Amino acid sequence: MRKPVIIGVGLTPVGEHWRLALRDLAVEALLNAMEDAGVDKVDSLYVGNMASGSFVEQENLGALIADWAGLGNIPAVKVEAACASGGAAVQEGVKAVMSGLEDVVAVVGVEKMTDAWPSDATRYLAYAADAEWELFHGVSFVALNALVMRLYMKEYGYTEEDLALFAVNAHANGAKNPYAMFKKPITVETVMKSPYVADPLKLFDASPIADGAAAVIITTEEKAKEFVDKAKMVEVAGMGRAIDTINLANRKEFLFLRAAKVAAERAYKMAGIEVKDIDFFEVHDAFTVMAALSLESIGAAERGKGAMLAKEGQIAIDGDYPIQTLGGLKARGHPVGATGVYQTVEAVWQLRGEAPNQVPDAEIGLTQNIGGTGSNITVTILRRV
Amino acid sequence: MGRPMQVARYWRHFKEKYRLIGGKCKSCGHVHFPKRPVCPECGSQEIEEFQFSGKGKVVSWTIVRNPPSGYEYYKPYPIALVELEEGPVVLAQLTDVDPEEIDFGMEVEMVTRKVREFEEDGIILYGYKFRLPIK
Ligand SMILES: [Zn+2]
Repeated sequence: MRKPVIIGVGLTPVGEHWRLALRDLAVEALLNAMEDAGVDKVDSLYVGNMASGSFVEQENLGALIADWAGLGNIPAVKVEAACASGGAAVQEGVKAVMSGLEDVVAVVGVEKMTDAWPSDATRYLAYAADAEWELFHGVSFVALNALVMRLYMKEYGYTEEDLALFAVNAHANGAKNPYAMFKKPITVETVMKSPYVADPLKLFDASPIADGAAAVIITTEEKAKEFVDKAKMVEVAGMGRAIDTINLANRKEFLFLRAAKVAAERAYKMAGIEVKDIDFFEVHDAFTVMAALSLESIGAAERGKGAMLAKEGQIAIDGDYPIQTLGGLKARGHPVGATGVYQTVEAVWQLRGEAPNQVPDAEIGLTQNIGGTGSNITVTILRRV
Repeated sequence: MGRPMQVARYWRHFKEKYRLIGGKCKSCGHVHFPKRPVCPECGSQEIEEFQFSGKGKVVSWTIVRNPPSGYEYYKPYPIALVELEEGPVVLAQLTDVDPEEIDFGMEVEMVTRKVREFEEDGIILYGYKFRLPIK
């Protein structure tokens, strides 16, 4: 099969873009990525988005964005996998290139969340849960994660302060990222003083509601030479994706992301690597406890030891397991359907040596994007060419 | 978005939501809630209805302080994962309980209560909640 490489990235800052519409954000990121790659046309477009129909009453994003970006009569579709929509869209783009059907593919992840009232936004996010058996009972997405957080602390003896360390690390890294929503370091005390949203989960354990768009251009290694130097090429070396029960209550284990394990194993196998070969991890820290569970489920930590990595300082840029190197969902911000593409862009920066918070000599990076309460997960391995 | 949905959508689940009827696999005996078309254990499609006792224990809980729209009236309210005595876990609100009292392993029983009301002339939804057992 053909080797897929990313040759261009583009993005908007994450934030409350009250003056910009969903299409404005998507087109800006997309055109930036095309300019970065030096391409003026693409064969197809994949749009990662979770809930545009609810948030801005707009579906058919393939047509909308390709039309407004002036891409002509190309095939263009929206890819939806809840908060993992961005990661899934990147993988669909890679598959199109690998198959030989399309040579130059654009992927854009976009979400416009701040046009909705906060309680409506809370409702739309809960559409990623099981509508009949979870949302029906008035549960929010935050509350589902709070149920997991309480169990995690009990099972392994961690405190709220221990989990807060993931937020502290994310904000420390986000402070260096000009595209991050929050550019201010915080302390454990900041997290502990923030109000409970769903006990024991506090405001600063959760990622913010935000707007943003990020894009990548994918082509084959052969074709890439027409557009960019080798230094700008990043290979998509491996990828995997899996689901678990949509309803948290139906899960066999509440403290293990089975879908992440399956997805990661597929990705490692395809890339021919082991977890120890990875230099940095962009894991899905929509909630602090999910950062811990992610590290455990992809094999970077043993069960129950994910939060130990934070306590030992190993998740910092100079640690053995750097995570959220540009702020993660927590500090960069989490425009849900765009997040997986932001992770990809940030991993490309690290591998090109262009990150404002550079992991020294980074050669292999992993992105892990979670949809639902662990129900739909993508893992992608990126490698310096 | 508090607009009432079609009544049919809720009517479909009366058995589950009013009486806690789930599924039992005729092939391997696995019981599950809600009832599914395919047994999650063995893949059999021979599933019969199964009446749960409604008794269970709290596995984990939280207090919803920022609810999704349509549920503001009840806030803050406790939601729990409850392990039924027959095995499956269900998610539901706890009712008639002081949040300070809730603990791991706390015994609870199912009751039918109002879950949501749509404004003006909208429909009223009922379903299972769990409370401390009345001795
Ligand atoms: Zn069975």
